[in-house]
Amino acid sequence: MESASQPVHATGGLALERRRGSLPRWGTCAVLGGSAAVVAAILLATGAFTVALTLVFGTLLSGVFLYVWSRAVEGPRRAKDRVMTLVIAAAFGLAMIPLLSLIFEVAKRGIPGLSWEFFTEDGRGAIGGEGGASHAIVGTLVITAVAAVISVPIGIMAAIYLNEYGTGRLRRALTFFVDVMTGIPSIVAGLFAYALFEIFFGPGIRLGVMGSIALSVLMIPIVIRSAEEVLKIVPNHLREASYALGTPKWKTITKIVLPTAFAGLITGVMIAIARIVGETAPLLVTTGVVDSMNSDPFNGRMQNLAVYAYNEYRSPGVMKQAAYDKAWAAALTLIAIVMILNIAARLVYRRYKTEIR
Amino acid sequence: MLGAGTKRTEAEKKRGEMTNTQAPSASSTKPVTTSSGQTAKTIEVRDVNLFYGDFHAVENVTMTIAPNKVTALIGSSGCGKTTYLRSLNRMHELTPGARVEGEVTLDGENIYDPAVDPVSVRRLIGMVFQQPNPFPTMSIYDNVAAGLNLNAKKVGKAQKDSVVERSLRGAHLWDEVKDRLDKPGGSLSGGQQQRLCIARATAVEPEVLLMDEPCSALDPVATLAVEDLIGELKSRYTIVIVTHNMQQASRASDVTAFFNLDETGKPGHLVEMGPTTELFTNPNKKETEDYVSGRFG
Amino acid sequence: MASVDTTTNAGQLLAAASGGRRRRGDRIFSRTAVLAAVTILVLLAGVAIFLLSEGYPALTASASELPEGKSFVDYAAPLAFGTVLAATFAALVAVPLAVAVALFITHVAPPKVALTLGYLVDLLAAIPSIIYGLWGIFVLGPAAVPVMKWLEEKLGFIPIFEGPASVTGRTMLVAGLVLAVMILPIVSAVSREAFAQTPRRLQEGAQALGATRWEMIRMTVLPFGKSSVISGAMLGLGRALGETMAVTIILSVSGAVTFNLISQANPSTIAANIALKFPEASGLKINLLIATGLVLFAITLVTNMAARAIIARQQGE
Repeated sequence: MESASQPVHATGGLALERRRGSLPRWGTCAVLGGSAAVVAAILLATGAFTVALTLVFGTLLSGVFLYVWSRAVEGPRRAKDRVMTLVIAAAFGLAMIPLLSLIFEVAKRGIPGLSWEFFTEDGRGAIGGEGGASHAIVGTLVITAVAAVISVPIGIMAAIYLNEYGTGRLRRALTFFVDVMTGIPSIVAGLFAYALFEIFFGPGIRLGVMGSIALSVLMIPIVIRSAEEVLKIVPNHLREASYALGTPKWKTITKIVLPTAFAGLITGVMIAIARIVGETAPLLVTTGVVDSMNSDPFNGRMQNLAVYAYNEYRSPGVMKQAAYDKAWAAALTLIAIVMILNIAARLVYRRYKTEIR
Repeated sequence: MLGAGTKRTEAEKKRGEMTNTQAPSASSTKPVTTSSGQTAKTIEVRDVNLFYGDFHAVENVTMTIAPNKVTALIGSSGCGKTTYLRSLNRMHELTPGARVEGEVTLDGENIYDPAVDPVSVRRLIGMVFQQPNPFPTMSIYDNVAAGLNLNAKKVGKAQKDSVVERSLRGAHLWDEVKDRLDKPGGSLSGGQQQRLCIARATAVEPEVLLMDEPCSALDPVATLAVEDLIGELKSRYTIVIVTHNMQQASRASDVTAFFNLDETGKPGHLVEMGPTTELFTNPNKKETEDYVSGRFG
Repeated sequence: MASVDTTTNAGQLLAAASGGRRRRGDRIFSRTAVLAAVTILVLLAGVAIFLLSEGYPALTASASELPEGKSFVDYAAPLAFGTVLAATFAALVAVPLAVAVALFITHVAPPKVALTLGYLVDLLAAIPSIIYGLWGIFVLGPAAVPVMKWLEEKLGFIPIFEGPASVTGRTMLVAGLVLAVMILPIVSAVSREAFAQTPRRLQEGAQALGATRWEMIRMTVLPFGKSSVISGAMLGLGRALGETMAVTIILSVSGAVTFNLISQANPSTIAANIALKFPEASGLKINLLIATGLVLFAITLVTNMAARAIIARQQGE
């Protein structure tokens, strides 16, 4: 029944296949370092040295060396495994480069633009290189706050519907379309807000609240998704204990479920705010561009930091570098706000979450 | 005590008789050469201790696993039988933080020797798991050939076909699947999937087969089919099977090793090991007698 | 006797009162919840309807009536082309990279740091797009100029590298790369979920056969996560299609319809075109831009619905 030759039976049934050896622990590091050194030397010699080229060609050369060395010492399968691990790690490194570059460049270019004026003066006089971004900061706060006031109640109530009440087709439709809504391009949300107001107030209208409505379209699905997740985590036995005491459903939700989920809800809202605080496109078509301070969302144009940065870049006026500096400074402020919101969200969660056993 | 209160079928009775008359010797270490010229190996275990990080899971196991016999590892849950089994093919160390101390030799060669490639150990010591795990995206054919494809790239189609057929026949699955070898591996019933996994494991011609509760996820009919298969396979391989089912141990094994825990948190250890019939009818230690008579466990 | 009567009456009163209050409270609350749900569906429908009504005049106007003198299709087609070109290029670059990043986090990196690494990658998604735009034009663009020149020299026979290479870096290549960085986190997050959920017994089955780590990944993790990767890629594609600011700032637009990635002459995208032209637009021009927004909405809607449908099917299995 057996065939005489079994090519699989490589060991001849007698001994465990010994590794012909194994690369030393420092093997991979040595290859990486050695390749980088070789490439750097060649580049320096030909006068074409840059860090980027060294990294790229150093990695490629490492891959080749590693494969050849490993194959000779450990066999082809191990060699392939090592090279693929190198490729995967290199890909991660590649993905981190833009992140590091972004943060570095924004900091480097933004810091010169930061000044007392930047935070206290509004945009008048910007053409002459003066002025600051206080109007943009106030604008950011107002527009975002109004958007949050609109989105958070609707979003949380909809999440409550999905998790506590929803059944059947309305629920399925809502779930599906909320997912779809997360994919609406931001500029389309802006156009919608514009169209909505244009029908009632005529063309050319620009109002702070229009921007807030556009941002709400973007914010609501985010709030719903995260609130839904948090509500799901609240265990059912808590609700059932409440029902068993004769508590009506709505009181169970408001007095038991929501407080238990509170920290998570706050976190979700903060993260949603962080997502929309830097939006530009929908505001370009709704709130417009303006230099002076305006804190009334229902009257006249308004600008947020993102639009401000864009505008300083687009129309720098006579003092180009000053304008660019301000654009970068606004970008830096924006990143700082986003980072703080994200970190604060996680801290709030950890500090205030109810431990559920 | 043995099978008390359970109806034994003709097949079981016959198998029971077979084990009774064979008088297996747990201390025989002569490898038995089969008709194919393939030899099954002896495993010698010396002072093996197993750790998960700082937690001492299994302590001081020394035993000899005889070739061409089925050795059953029994004991209450949590006593380290599966951990110990997985140390025999160097799967234990794949868990982060897991550590092995001691020596495990396959026909005299220490599988834990630093110069030995764990990949080759796993080729020579195959494993079948509790939950059948055929690769769902591969066809039945590719599942059986998976080990082949990994280990020996340059196998011609004709040779691969013959290896696949041989393995499936050996696992008593050929007739059921020969017309649908290209169907996905997940399309079979539970018992068929487990036999497919056995075929996959035998396709690479291992010396030893480790089986971790291979029937616990199967219905009784499939269980008997797999036990029959194990009885046949032992003529070609050394087999170690972990089982929590004492009836299965007494039906299907030649040698039984009983593991136990003193209390939770303490390491599991080997209490007693011997020919199955002796262990079940006349154990040396009271602990063993308590367990096999169902007083705990 | 009398006490029994009063007790019964009191009991009945109590039941009636709280029952009524309970029913009303529950009714109000549940209706509010349903209202919120319906509002959202209405909102989504409203987006479509308002866009349609505002865009309609431009869709029906003849070529001579329209500001550019072109029919709507002639106006919108090059924009649609540019949109799809930029997004597709971004997806082609981002998806393999995202899969590798996901594999790194789930299977290569030490488990203790995996969570932190995931946060880092997700951080890329938190950065506002205007900042990506500024970074693209001030940092990546100039850095890419020598690369594009090299591409033109060595690979100029391939149409996408035909050149002449731009000296400012404001090309489709750079815009596409920035888009790729922007959508990397979303593709990577979806892939990570899938790879992390590969059943242990499948991976151990491969390991027990003696597979190396890469072989195990190839045999079990990648096939298992395939459909999640596809839906993640489509989500990323949808995001890239709708991205505005990065493209607006980076791309130097000439309106040419071309596959050339490294030259000064590029098609615009629908979103960037709206961002550039809208602030100064009036009259029919506004309707025209809104109509193109409608086209973009339709494209992203289809892409996203298809992606979600694939995810739903995978989860149902």
